[in-house]
Amino acid sequence: MSSRALRVGALSVAFIVLAALPIWVGNQYYINIASQILFWAVFALALNVLVGYGGLVSLGHAALFAMAGYTAGLMLAAGHGHFAADLTAIVVTLITSAVFAVLALRSTGIGFLMITLALGQILWGIAYRWASLTNGDNGVNVRSRPAPFGFELATADAFYYATFVVFVLAVMSMAVFVRSPFGASLRGTRDQARRMNALGYNVWLIRFLAFLLSGFWSGIAGILFVYYNQFISPQVVALQTSAEVLLMVISGGTATLLGPIAGATIVVIMKNVVSAYIERWNLVLGIIFVAIISFMPEGLVPGTVRLWRMGRQALRAKPAAKPDKLRDGRP
Amino acid sequence: MTALRVNALCKSFGGLRVTTNVNLTVEPGERRLIIGPNGAGKTTLFNLITGELRPDSGSILLFDQDITRVASRRRAHLGMARTYQIITLFGRDTILRNVTLALLGLSPLRWNPLIDLDREQHLVERARDALARVGLGHIAERPLAQTSYGERRRVEIAMALAQSPKILLLDEPFAGLSIDERRDVRQLLTAIPRDVTIVMIEHNMDVALEFAERITLLHFGEVIVEGTRSDVVNDPRTREVYLGE
Repeated sequence: MSSRALRVGALSVAFIVLAALPIWVGNQYYINIASQILFWAVFALALNVLVGYGGLVSLGHAALFAMAGYTAGLMLAAGHGHFAADLTAIVVTLITSAVFAVLALRSTGIGFLMITLALGQILWGIAYRWASLTNGDNGVNVRSRPAPFGFELATADAFYYATFVVFVLAVMSMAVFVRSPFGASLRGTRDQARRMNALGYNVWLIRFLAFLLSGFWSGIAGILFVYYNQFISPQVVALQTSAEVLLMVISGGTATLLGPIAGATIVVIMKNVVSAYIERWNLVLGIIFVAIISFMPEGLVPGTVRLWRMGRQALRAKPAAKPDKLRDGRP
Repeated sequence: MTALRVNALCKSFGGLRVTTNVNLTVEPGERRLIIGPNGAGKTTLFNLITGELRPDSGSILLFDQDITRVASRRRAHLGMARTYQIITLFGRDTILRNVTLALLGLSPLRWNPLIDLDREQHLVERARDALARVGLGHIAERPLAQTSYGERRRVEIAMALAQSPKILLLDEPFAGLSIDERRDVRQLLTAIPRDVTIVMIEHNMDVALEFAERITLLHFGEVIVEGTRSDVVNDPRTREVYLGE
């Protein structure tokens, strides 16, 4: 079987398994965990556009994620409908992303990281201290979930399916983006920005548009988050959220489609499932990350692929070695 | 009309003057060699011409169009291509993808986020043609990481040629090459048609002198000798600062 057929087969099986998850899992608690994995995966995929394909490590993406959540939450609290709230949330997140990009893209590398961190902290400060707008530490409550096309999202199953649809759209859009000329241009700016400039590319604009794309999907994930929890507080804007999603991307494997999804799965399961059994779950999470970085510095997904290939090569090499040994008269 | 005209170009890094009143006129189709000892300001001059550095004063004209304030990336669209002294390629990609990226740089397609780049046959075929031109067509699909230094030099040239430039700036294209590789690159450069003007920096005088029609000698950021091959080689100042007695 060709590797392409194998990949298509594996993806089809994964799709069917995920689409039927509420049926074979049954338990609402675990269905909710699955919903969380999916919207955190969308967020991680969004960050991966910058970190993986653009080579721009952001530590302020929680601000974009939370900006969408807060905007939607505040719009709903002000009595607006879900459609208006969500649309405004996306527009506001895109504007915020544009402001972040204009400021942060003055630099790359550690400078970019520090500017995004600072901007994220500014928004955290606003969420925390501008209590008349954001309700401060008490956060914003969302009373109901939407019912797109009459499909109520109040139950765990329904919300999971809605999240799954968004997740599939996000993965498909990323898959198309990565193979596109624009995706190739972005990767080029990551690897040789100077050369790209000399070849006629507008490096700054490519990075700016990539930031907007990343901000868009971060905002979508933020909207799913606020609907899932029906609540948002300054904790979501905090540095820890930005660091967590960055860990998802790095541990799963940057510049891959499956890596951020694998990273999101690990972190969400550790936070929600393992924490129920192990009090020091953070310690376990830390050990897992150290193990991944030590044995698979490229991330879990590319690392697993590498080990798989090495294993296959070793298996192929063995039968060829046998006749030589026999010829040499050795066992 | 001149292909390239540089007028009284000056550039300083802090207190260090790296280019002082440099004047250069290159005719269309000309093969110009720029020589000079290390630190003479040759690569800085290239960086000023291509817009990677902004001059303190002076002007640069490309086919009589003033490009002094034109962004570096726009100069590629105006027909200027370059190679680098230190090979600057996309190490994670295949040779073919490297050249495709060069073609994409001048195409409006580069902004398209929806189509599959590998299915853009006209780009891929043009990239293959460019690689065939430099003798690398048979290894187009090879990852760049698995190529030799000489092959990478040729990929650089293929990328520049793929853009169908009007003027090509080559920064030490023979550096680090074996005798056979040098011969191959020399043949390749000789085969470039006359509608492409070439300005080349090179230290390897054996191959460079054979190639050049006119030579400019830079020393401490100033043009000290300029003329035909024999003019420059026989000039005592050339022997004093560059060739040695």
